[in-house]
Amino acid sequence: MSGVRVLVGTRKGVFILTSDSKRQKWDVSGPNFAGWEIYHMKGSPSDPNRIYTSQTSGWFGQIIQRSDDGGKTWFQPGLKPGEPTKSPEGFQIGESNKFVYDTSPETGKPLTTHQWYDGTQHPWEFKRVWHLEPSLNDPNTVYAGVEDAALFRTTDGGKSWHELPGLRGHGTGAQWTPGAGGMCLHTILLDQTNRRRMYVAISSAGTFRTDDEGKTWKPINRGLISQYIPDPDAEIGHCVHRIAMHRSRPNTLFMQKHWDVMRSDDAGDNWREISGNLPTDFGFVIDVHAHEPETIYVIPIKNDSEHFPPDGKLRVYRSRTGGNKWEPLTNGLPQENCYVNVLRDAMAVDSLDKCGIYFGTTGGQVYVSPDGGDNWNAIVHDLPAILSVEVQTLK
Amino acid sequence: MIRVVLPYHLRTLARVGPEVELDVNGVVTVRSVLDALEIRYPMLCGTIRDHVTQQRRPFLRFFACEQDLSLEPPDTILPDAIVSGSEPFLIIGAIAGG
Repeated sequence: MSGVRVLVGTRKGVFILTSDSKRQKWDVSGPNFAGWEIYHMKGSPSDPNRIYTSQTSGWFGQIIQRSDDGGKTWFQPGLKPGEPTKSPEGFQIGESNKFVYDTSPETGKPLTTHQWYDGTQHPWEFKRVWHLEPSLNDPNTVYAGVEDAALFRTTDGGKSWHELPGLRGHGTGAQWTPGAGGMCLHTILLDQTNRRRMYVAISSAGTFRTDDEGKTWKPINRGLISQYIPDPDAEIGHCVHRIAMHRSRPNTLFMQKHWDVMRSDDAGDNWREISGNLPTDFGFVIDVHAHEPETIYVIPIKNDSEHFPPDGKLRVYRSRTGGNKWEPLTNGLPQENCYVNVLRDAMAVDSLDKCGIYFGTTGGQVYVSPDGGDNWNAIVHDLPAILSVEVQTLK
Repeated sequence: MIRVVLPYHLRTLARVGPEVELDVNGVVTVRSVLDALEIRYPMLCGTIRDHVTQQRRPFLRFFACEQDLSLEPPDTILPDAIVSGSEPFLIIGAIAGG
């Protein structure tokens, strides 16, 4: 019987919400890793029981957790209890949380600093993993977007991680500057039709594309206009909040920028604005309907100083025309006194026949619409502030 | 046998109780105790001191025999009471938040 498993990362642990395909009755489990910040968790498309989690703490740093049984049990990769603490070759085990920037001469372009808030150069310092993107066809391969911005990859199920240095080293890295939330690589999109192509987004550097599996990269920000930077149409420096893609149309990308909702139909080479009649085009999330590539969703936020919905009304906006024409979706959502935010990794869609839309708020609610956005229900009301929401459609 | 008291979240990571016991070879210092701790419990690698710099994480402190050793050089020799096991070496998370 089909169903869904919703993976919720919060400020204080992991929660897993499960339901059958009707998505009316829910089982809630958690918290796992109580007291830790969970920036992201995501399941492998090729093995739904394989789930990776980014667990972080201001006290204890970064931890990577992995489940091989759909979230029932967890372990740090390479560190099952009772196993030897050193490999037969004598190498130290315990590096599933070791993210070290590649500054080796072999990369050709060792990069050690980026631009700081005051314009000076500042050392690259690893802080946390913002986003984990499992490979489409290998459960042991996962990409990690980290702060300070860089892209790492594991090919051994999370036991060890290695940077893809071509991104930071492609030429503009020294000019990247952190946004208010830090300098984070928060979005990774994999092209289902071309395994050599991948997109990433960085706040506040912009969007980048590789066409050779991560060896070389180029900025793809033409058409973005950001009035808050010295050169509004600069090659880099844009605070891209999130990008999304429908798997059947990998050349079409949708973007929620700091301000502006944008669209590209040429794999990011050129962007145009599609904000249309939105009440405000500031926001964080954007996603695409699972079966309708021109149906997209955003949640407008009042502005960059007031991170809550306009007029205290929580409204999802849907466009069935790929942008410009938007309709508010309100049925079941609070329409007064609502002052939550919805963070950039906190919206997802399932792929059941009637596409389900999900999002989590900083107020701890997870909302689901089992009918593409027409009607909404709160699955839970009172979780800790929600950082990420992902959905697995289970056959 | 060296006794080490861990903060709550590191106990859950290592799946141990509040205190662990370690054999430490050679001179007993902050560094050698942490080395032994990470070899015995590799899931703690990177959580007490940075993987690369080996610097103590800013929100953790080290105490022994009512002394704050957090700012002492890592090769400072620990008191006899720690070496004998009559007193534990304490790893403490800073109190913060509201």
